[in-house]
Amino acid sequence: MMEILLIIVSAIFVNNVVLAQFLGICPFLGVSKKTSTAAGMSAAVCFVITLATLVTYLLNKYLLLPTGIFKVDLTFLQTILFILVIAALVQMVEIVLKKSAPSLYQALGIYLPLITTNCAVLGVAINVVTKQFTFGGAPHMLGLGDAVIYAFATSLGYGLAMILFSGLREHLELNDVPKDFKGLPIALITVGILAMAFMGFSGIA
Amino acid sequence: MSKMQLITKGLVKDNPTFVLILGMCPTLATTTSAINGLSMGLATLFVLVLSNMAISLVAKVTPDKVHIPVYIVVIATFVTVLQLLMQAYTPGIYSALGVFIPLIVVNCIILGRAEAFACKHNVIDSALDGIGVGLGFVASLTVIGIVREILGSGSVFGWKFITGDGILAFIMAPGAFLVLGYLMVLFNKYLVKK
Repeated sequence: MMEILLIIVSAIFVNNVVLAQFLGICPFLGVSKKTSTAAGMSAAVCFVITLATLVTYLLNKYLLLPTGIFKVDLTFLQTILFILVIAALVQMVEIVLKKSAPSLYQALGIYLPLITTNCAVLGVAINVVTKQFTFGGAPHMLGLGDAVIYAFATSLGYGLAMILFSGLREHLELNDVPKDFKGLPIALITVGILAMAFMGFSGIA
Repeated sequence: MSKMQLITKGLVKDNPTFVLILGMCPTLATTTSAINGLSMGLATLFVLVLSNMAISLVAKVTPDKVHIPVYIVVIATFVTVLQLLMQAYTPGIYSALGVFIPLIVVNCIILGRAEAFACKHNVIDSALDGIGVGLGFVASLTVIGIVREILGSGSVFGWKFITGDGILAFIMAPGAFLVLGYLMVLFNKYLVKK
């Protein structure tokens, strides 16, 4: 129980996916001009990251690792297999949502195709199967349950950063910014200060 | 566009980092020192040139409906080649850059050049375009890396010119955003022709 709590706090605040790990910056800067679009994008990302991590974790365990069904070390295929799985998954989610939940599809529709190239999805999927994590104990590989919780918490952290930043950005629009700072430069400097605030959380872990 | 223009346009006019704002994740994450920035730039250049050439060759025989998956597989293949080469010959840099080497697959510069240039031009032009845009990426990553290393650890390419530590925040996450933001301002002011 303690470990699950540590995973959640660490993934949302201490190692925030955008502000500390630099994953998924392109959509973070691209669709954060309004809070409503930022929230829509975060919801779509949350859905896809969790699902993609679950599927790629199982594929890695049962197909690629030497302990899997082929008994051969196929981990060099990780990058190719994972990106294909994520692309297919996004496509499938899109089709299923269109048929079964048209209102949700309306809300998330335009963001879904963008998610394939969101490096947070591939980044988290690769990280949970290759990196050793220390959550209040010795470094170890994550089990399936922990991996999915980690992925879900990471995507919550993504949503938090995205919504905070979009709120700041709506205010920036109203301010008188020097000409050369307009647009992205001032946005980046704002994220820098936000990241500095998030650095304060590193004391918790 | 002449061959020379293809190579030089990436440096200022179509600079992938400061003008087109593409490939932000590796730009921010791997520029903790000049050498890391330079290596990340060169790794991307390698994949970009090879995938541009391969895609310009297969573009005519690829059905329009599946062209994105085909391009992604081509790019992912070259990234895997790069991963294996780096694991064998530069293991130190490979582990320093970590997850950002496999993430070259989803770097929007590469898919962007495939869609915008390589699928409509011949092999040689596509290779030159890859070299040009790739060099622009190498240049901007190296510059960001140099600035962050000077401020963050008081050294350039590992050569230390102060005793003790620099301003640690510049090696960590906030410094990446701040340095990129301020460099973008300087770039807009002095290099972009109005």
